[in-house]
Amino acid sequence: MRPLKTLKKLYDEESHIVITEKGSPPRVLFSGEDFLLEDLPVGTRVIFPRPPLEGVPNVKAAIRWAINHPEGMEPLHALLRPGMKVTIAIDDISLPLPPMKTPDVRQTILEIVLELLADSGVDDIHLIVANALHRRMTDAEMKRMVGEKIFTAFHPDRYYNHDAEDPDGILEMERTAQGEVVAINRRAAESDLLIYVNINLVPMDGGHKSVGTGLANYDTLRAHHNAHTIRESESYMEPKRSELHRSVERIGRVIDKNLKVFHIETALNNRMFDDQTAFLGKKEEDYTELDRLKFQAMKFALSKMPRPVKRKLFHSIPAAYEVIGVHAGATEPTHEKILELCWKQYSVPVQGQSDIVIYGVPHISPYNVNSILNPLLLQVMGLGYLFNLNRGIPLVKKGGVIILTHPAYDEFDPEHHPSYIEFFNRLLPETRDAMKLEHKYEREFAKNPSYVHLYRKGNAYHGAHPFYMWYWGENGRQHVGKVIVAGAENNHVPAMLGWERTDTLAEAIEEAKGFMGRSASVSLVHMPPILQTDVKL
Amino acid sequence: MTAKAAFYDVDGTLVRTNIVHTYAYYAMNRGSLLGIAGRTLGTVASLPLFAGLDVVGGRKVFNEFFYRYYNGLTEDRLVTLAEDMFEDVLKPALFEEAQDLIDEARRAGCRIVLVTGALDFTIMPLARYLGADDVIANKMQFVGGVATGKVIPPIIEGANKANSIRDYCVREKIALDKSHAYSDSASDYAMLAIVGRPTAVNPDFRLRGLARAYNWPILDLK
Repeated sequence: MRPLKTLKKLYDEESHIVITEKGSPPRVLFSGEDFLLEDLPVGTRVIFPRPPLEGVPNVKAAIRWAINHPEGMEPLHALLRPGMKVTIAIDDISLPLPPMKTPDVRQTILEIVLELLADSGVDDIHLIVANALHRRMTDAEMKRMVGEKIFTAFHPDRYYNHDAEDPDGILEMERTAQGEVVAINRRAAESDLLIYVNINLVPMDGGHKSVGTGLANYDTLRAHHNAHTIRESESYMEPKRSELHRSVERIGRVIDKNLKVFHIETALNNRMFDDQTAFLGKKEEDYTELDRLKFQAMKFALSKMPRPVKRKLFHSIPAAYEVIGVHAGATEPTHEKILELCWKQYSVPVQGQSDIVIYGVPHISPYNVNSILNPLLLQVMGLGYLFNLNRGIPLVKKGGVIILTHPAYDEFDPEHHPSYIEFFNRLLPETRDAMKLEHKYEREFAKNPSYVHLYRKGNAYHGAHPFYMWYWGENGRQHVGKVIVAGAENNHVPAMLGWERTDTLAEAIEEAKGFMGRSASVSLVHMPPILQTDVKL
Repeated sequence: MTAKAAFYDVDGTLVRTNIVHTYAYYAMNRGSLLGIAGRTLGTVASLPLFAGLDVVGGRKVFNEFFYRYYNGLTEDRLVTLAEDMFEDVLKPALFEEAQDLIDEARRAGCRIVLVTGALDFTIMPLARYLGADDVIANKMQFVGGVATGKVIPPIIEGANKANSIRDYCVREKIALDKSHAYSDSASDYAMLAIVGRPTAVNPDFRLRGLARAYNWPILDLK
């Protein structure tokens, strides 16, 4: 008989994989604002996320412990002196997804840190949302993130969004050895201490990326947010195998040399669903009768609702994430600790790649909180995020097929994504070549005064952002042989993206098998909640 | 040809006013009580007519008719009053974000040009204040230093705004397809359609629909 330790290891590695058999239940897949219930071919490998790790029992205690026992730095209280200038930067609304139930962990951290600053005689404090070239958060979103008390005390003069286009608001430091521009928010750069409060949902976040990206301007971002760097990155979710992260690290080290930065990093578990939707986090084999009933009722109700209503409904449901760890201190050792926790939660070992991989695409991405998952964002979800949720080896074989379930509707939010509309309708019909798009059009969009204005004064993503979305998908585009959108409601959106469409998932699998051969292996990645495949060849 | 420009309509786009406000200022500053009363009452009495003309005859007929009310005013007085009028009427009505919008275009390397159906002397102080490089505006005919109430053709409005912009680009060697235009009104459709980068600003109902249909960005200036 095998020892218990070995059995536990085997269970740990294999319990997240289910091979579809004749009697297997149909699988629940996201398809935008709807759900599909699909029988998969026998032999299909279904990869499930790990169950949520247990949250720390006392978040406030964990935060206090972290800032008093930091990695590679003195405790936070020892860095403070009366009259000093402190800036606290916080991750924007793109993290976590969907937004977590209140109080947001950023609020909890800020309450502790602000109290400590006040006790230490530090009054000159600004709170800056590190939104980089993302849209500005609305007042209501900012209030929800930090709570009424902090919002009232600091907003709008001392709690605001970073403005990467403010000509007086950016300070350029020395360049990296590779000549990369290092220009970040002036207030942060001129502070005696910068405290960065972060949330790590996936390993791509945090570390040097926090300040070096979140508080940077366009010139700094273009050093690594470009088609070439993305092509050189095996996975953006595995920092060690990502050229993007190497560039970000070079920039971050220049920042750390010029500025004292104290990071407070947090990791969350993947408890995305609870209460009435908790069953969505289960394997279908574990559904109770009540779960099935709830699912059918939800599916039916959704089928009767107009899409904007469904969207509003979905965006109003926060996730029940719990904090699984807090670490603080210097950039690199702090992030190392948090990455370990992320891997523990998200990494799922998988034996071998597949010819065909199926992903259900939900209604949300990091770039459309309270908005529409438009065609470019569908592209970035498929070929950017979902494809890259691996540790350096993609789940789909080179030349294989990715199947996405989504309606692929031709809808854009003109308030949040105005430059996306032009990118999709004017540029993509001309070319899908990321290099050409970057060379010919990126700067024009980035400098378009209308887009600059909408970014600075409205709630729009920067003019360069749709390009980043396209570059984000570059690895996937270069790797896969075909993308099929199952359930696409039109022909032109998939065609513009260079993809194919079918009415149903069954048809998509048939078509993919026609492309890859009848014996092609099929995997379904059962997300969300998020998981990251660790493929062993 | 790589030089580019940003063309801005003024009334409703950069400022909350329109030419009626401008004229009302002149009417109110006629110089004598009788003059003030006469021109003000005349203007007020004509308001329904103005409204009707704007709807039925279009902006060209409206402007032509409207500018007749300047008949008899002296040039030096109009120019002097324009400075006061800018301080009293236009500057307070300027959208707070108008200057940002213009600064952003300048940083993008655009030449700044105001294109308006208003009279040139009324707009010059605003142009200087905003840092505009050029003004394309209507020119009043003066005989012996006194306004005749006629505008020297072509009247800058609608399609003529587009023609004037095209002529300006040819003359100044500016790439029309790389240039920007900003307006609030569907009556400026031609001006927006002629450039490569049109933007609707605080658009009226019709222009909002057009902007949505053509995927033009929409700005809501505050």
